[in-house]
Order: sequence, then C-alpha cells, then structure tokens
Amino acid sequence: MAFAAFGSNNSSKPSKPTKTGKVVIALLAPGLAYLGAFFLTPLIALIMVSLQIPDPAGGYAEYVPALEIGNYGYVIAEYLPHILRSFGYALAATVLALLISYPLAYFIGVKARPWPMLQKLMLTLVIAPFFISFLLRTLAWKQLFSNESWIVTTLQDSGLLDQTQYVVGTPFMVIFGLTYNFIPFMTLPLYTSLERLDIRYLEAGSDLYASPAKVFRKVTLPLSMPGIISGTLLTFIPIAGDYVNASGEFLGSSSTAMIGNVIESNYLQINDYPSASALSVLLMGVILVLVSVYVRKSGTEDLL
Amino acid sequence: MAKEFIARGADLELKQIRKEFPGFVAIDNLDLHVPAGEFFALLGPSGCGKTTTLRLVAGLESPTKGKIFIGGKDVTDTKPHERPVNTVFQSYALFPHMSVLENVAFGLRQRKVDQPLVKAKEALNLVQLAHLADRKPQQLSGGQQQRVALARALVNRPSLLLLDEPLGALDLKLRREMQIELKAIQMEVGLTFLHVTHDQEEAMDMADTVAVMNLGHIEQMGAPEVLYDRPKTVFVSKFLGQSNLLVGDVTSTSANSISIEVAGNKISVPKDRAEKHTGKIAIGFRPEKAIFHTKKPAANSATNVIGAGEIIDIRFTGVSNQYLIEVPNLGNITVFAQNMGQSPVIELGEKVWISWAVEHSFGLSDLPANVEQA
Repeated sequence: MAFAAFGSNNSSKPSKPTKTGKVVIALLAPGLAYLGAFFLTPLIALIMVSLQIPDPAGGYAEYVPALEIGNYGYVIAEYLPHILRSFGYALAATVLALLISYPLAYFIGVKARPWPMLQKLMLTLVIAPFFISFLLRTLAWKQLFSNESWIVTTLQDSGLLDQTQYVVGTPFMVIFGLTYNFIPFMTLPLYTSLERLDIRYLEAGSDLYASPAKVFRKVTLPLSMPGIISGTLLTFIPIAGDYVNASGEFLGSSSTAMIGNVIESNYLQINDYPSASALSVLLMGVILVLVSVYVRKSGTEDLL
Repeated sequence: MAKEFIARGADLELKQIRKEFPGFVAIDNLDLHVPAGEFFALLGPSGCGKTTTLRLVAGLESPTKGKIFIGGKDVTDTKPHERPVNTVFQSYALFPHMSVLENVAFGLRQRKVDQPLVKAKEALNLVQLAHLADRKPQQLSGGQQQRVALARALVNRPSLLLLDEPLGALDLKLRREMQIELKAIQMEVGLTFLHVTHDQEEAMDMADTVAVMNLGHIEQMGAPEVLYDRPKTVFVSKFLGQSNLLVGDVTSTSANSISIEVAGNKISVPKDRAEKHTGKIAIGFRPEKAIFHTKKPAANSATNVIGAGEIIDIRFTGVSNQYLIEVPNLGNITVFAQNMGQSPVIELGEKVWISWAVEHSFGLSDLPANVEQA
C-alpha cells in the first residue's frame, strides 16, 4: 500500500516535449517565477541565516555566514519547553475546536437543510467575527477575563479559583484564545464536507441495523473525514506558529510563551537572527513531518 | 437489537395508517396485508404514497396514525435498526467509503453475526459479483451496484425485503434481466418482498399480488391477471394497461347481465363482472379483446357491437397494430390487432364495426372524470 503512494506516476511513459508541453510551461512560468522569487529565495536565505555565527571582529548583533549546524542543537536545548508547549497547545486547541465545530457544522450542514435561510444566517454568524480585527477580539477576551472582571471575581467568590488565582496569563486562557480565534477555520471545511453528506447513506445505515451512534461512527464520520483533515490542518498549522494569543500583551504570560513568541523576541528584541531562523526552520520541519504522517495515517487517499 | 430473525419471510400488516406531511396528507386510512413469502407489488404513479408506505414499513418515517405489524409484532414505535426489515434503495445508497464486500457485510457486522465476510461473499456469489468484492461501489456499473444493494439487503435474511423502485435507473434490457433474476432469488430464498414501482409491466410480471395505489389509498388489490381482467375503478382500468370505457344508463337487466345504451348501441356486461347494476355506469373492455368487421355483424346476445366508426390512426408497434377508431357520438376506441398475417388489411379512413365478447366487458364502480359532472 505504501509503495502505491510513491509509484503512481511511474508507469506513464516519459513524454516528448510537444506543443501542449510548451503551452503548459508558458502558463506555469509566472507562477514558478513568483514562487522562486518570493518563496524559495527567502527560504534559502532563512536557512543560510540559521547557520550563521557571530562576527568574531564585530559588535553586538553582527553575524557572518557559516555552516554552524550547532545553532539547531543550541535552540533545541534552550527552547525545548517552548517547542513542546507550542505543539501541546496547538493539539489541545485543535481538538477543542474540532469538538465544538463538528456539532455546529453538522447542525448547519445536515439538520438545518430544510431551512436554507437558517443555514445562511448561521454561516454568516460563523464568519462574522472576521469583520473585526482578531487583535481587538483577543484584547476583548483579555478584558472579560481580567483580574477585576466580574467573571474572575465570581469564580473567586464561588471558590472555583483561589483569591490569588487569575485567568489571564494561564495556559487555559491561551488555549481558550487559540480555540476561539481558529474555530471558523475548522467549522467551514467541516461544513462543506457535511453539507454534501447524502442522508440516504445514514438511512441505509440504520436500515442495516446500526444504531444512531454506530451510524455516526461507521458512516457519517468516515464520509466527513476530508473536512476533518482540512479543518485540523487549517487550525493546527497556524496555531503552532501563533505568537499573539500566548504573548504577555494579550492572553498569555512568560510562562505560556510559544515558539512564535521566542522567534519574535529573538528577532526583534535580542537580535539573535541565527537562533530565530533556526527555530523557524525547525518549526516548519516539524509541522511538515507531523502533517505528512497525519495525512498518511488518516488514509485520505481512500476518500478521493 | 433485532435478534429474532427467522429463516422464512414474515407477513406484514398495516392498519388504518395515516401519514401527514406539512401541508398535505400522503396516506389516508391505509389497510394492507402482505402474506408471508409473497412477492407483493405496490403500484402507482409518482406521488401516490407508495414510497412513503415503504418508508413507514422500514421505520424511516413514523405514521401520524395507525399501526404496523411485522410477523404479528407491533413495530410501529421501533427504530429502523430494530426492525427485521431491509431495503434496496432506489439510489442503492451503497457506502462510498467501503468496498463492495464491506458494504454487504455491514448489516452482519452490526448484528454481530459470525464470519460476516464469508457470508457476505456467499451473498455476492448469489448475485454473481464475487469477483468484484474488493472494488469500491463507484467503480461498478448501475446494474452491478443494484445487485450489490440487493446482496447487502438479502444477506441479512430479513423477514421482509423492501424494494424501492430498484430497477428504475436501469435501461430496459438490463431491467428485464434483473426482473427475472430478482423473481428467481425471491423464489429461492422464500422471503417476503414488498416491491414499490410505477412500472405496471414490472409489477404484473413479478408480483404474486399487486396493490394499485392512487392518491394515498389502495384502489384495488389482487393477482395481476385478476386486476387486468376485472379492474374495478377507472383509475385501475387505465393505469394497468389500456381500456376503452363507454358510459350510459342501465336500460335493461336480464337474469345474468345488464345492458346500457350508448349512441344507439346496446352494450352488455355480465352481472358478476359489474360493480354497479343501476343508474349511470361505465363499461370497459381491453383493446386486444376487440376485433374489426368491415360489414356490420349480426346481433348476438354473447357479443357487443359498436359502429360504424372510421379509422383515424394506425400505429405499428411490432407485435401488434394499434388502431384508433372514431365512432360518432361515442368517442374514440382503441383496438390492438396482432400482426399474425391473417387479419384483413385495414386502411386509414376505412369504415369498420368493432365487436367483443360480453364476458370480456367489465363494469366499473365510478365514472371517468370528464363525464362525472354530466
């Protein structure tokens, strides 16, 4: 099975350059040039910076080209908690977003089918927060959960929180903010997947002795897998690199700093460009590996 | 869970079923009994409530009023997955994310039957598709998908198999083949089949009993030959084959027949073949039961004669010619004549008389819509 994923195109004969081939190249050229100039070049530059060493003769924040692989060892040793925290938060927020979005998307895409107006209204409500800057919305949450807010004082008075415990700056607050900010990216792909779900498959399932819970597990869930895959990817990848929610200026504190916050401070405050670059490359690499394992494991090729 | 599955089919009984949807009544006061092991067809035009009836039996809809019994057990309030019933859906509804074999094994797995894959393979053998077990449903042709859907339902040995126009999407030739196959399988497994269709030929060809449905109720029920030979309502006489209907007041009654007068012609029907014996009634006959005469035949108490009329249309359909004859003051009459090479050649515009045996007439309980107000 695994070989099939690699060898699907090997059977086709090498094609001669034809007239259509030239047209294809001409059509691809602008896109390729754009990718080369604005994606590949910066990527190479980033990798090169990640290997630089401090200029022995220079002063503060001056670096010279080198091939210092040790930069990666250094950032891993130095920032391992942040790296793990990033992926931990990303996983938690993605799972929460999925748990919240799935019933919502199911309701809009399946249950609300007899009422198209309700469907449109609910979809609009899902997208509506985008009309306000997410920075403002995140700050609003900070206000709502600030130490003097009635939510926190009520929690403290009811004994759920100690008088010295607060909400802002905790991992809970950061994961809450991440989940909140990325829910639409989960809901919309799930909705498009569930909206096409043919009710007759569900009827066939129950006709074949499957209880509603079994029908969901054996029919609905597998058929909505494409939506789950794209939804989780669209939330997990940006969350892993997010640096707004976890920063001390928004919902987090120094104890919740994620890899994005570390990259930001290394670049803009400490001016340690090689470490920041190494972390960026590392983040990208880990995400690439995780995503490809995930997509392979979930067997999306069966659904296409 | 539905555990008590029986090897043979069970009987189905619908009592006083009423089903309302927002804005309309789909089924009203429906009583139906399907004996165990029978191939039963619900026949009717689209919108007559036949598919709703099927969905009620499957449990996919619940009745507004009335009770449903399968094998004597009240299942009215049970969920679809608790009923010993399987459906072959019109669109087949094969799970696209499972192989053909897994589709067929689905019901067995849900019921935790031993060796589901072995039994699923046997069911695929029955429909001659074992070699395609590992394919996905999308890779199969319509006819093959139909067979998989049939195998997926049959493998569970349900007390009652529901077929929702399963042959509707197939082309004519394949449909005829599948009809023969389906009938053979039903005889072999001995299950009760409830088949919903709008194709009267299909219903008559396959079913032991046909119930003709119209506007949410059953017009008439019986063996196909009986329904065809002796329709009781205008709807049945027109929906099941074609009929010529003549309307008039009963003018004379003898010991065993009654007669009406239509445009100067005396038309008789045996008393035991007429639903109504007095007042204005409709008498019908089948186009293939009538013959032509180029000269007026002698009057005879065993034969009805009408004419003279003029041939206004001739349609060649291969096995027979269909003639349309305009009879003054009486309307148009259709006559089918087999192309056996023996009948007289009749040309368009020719003047003819039509006759048929009195015993082939049938008297209906209602009148055609266009004369009812007269």
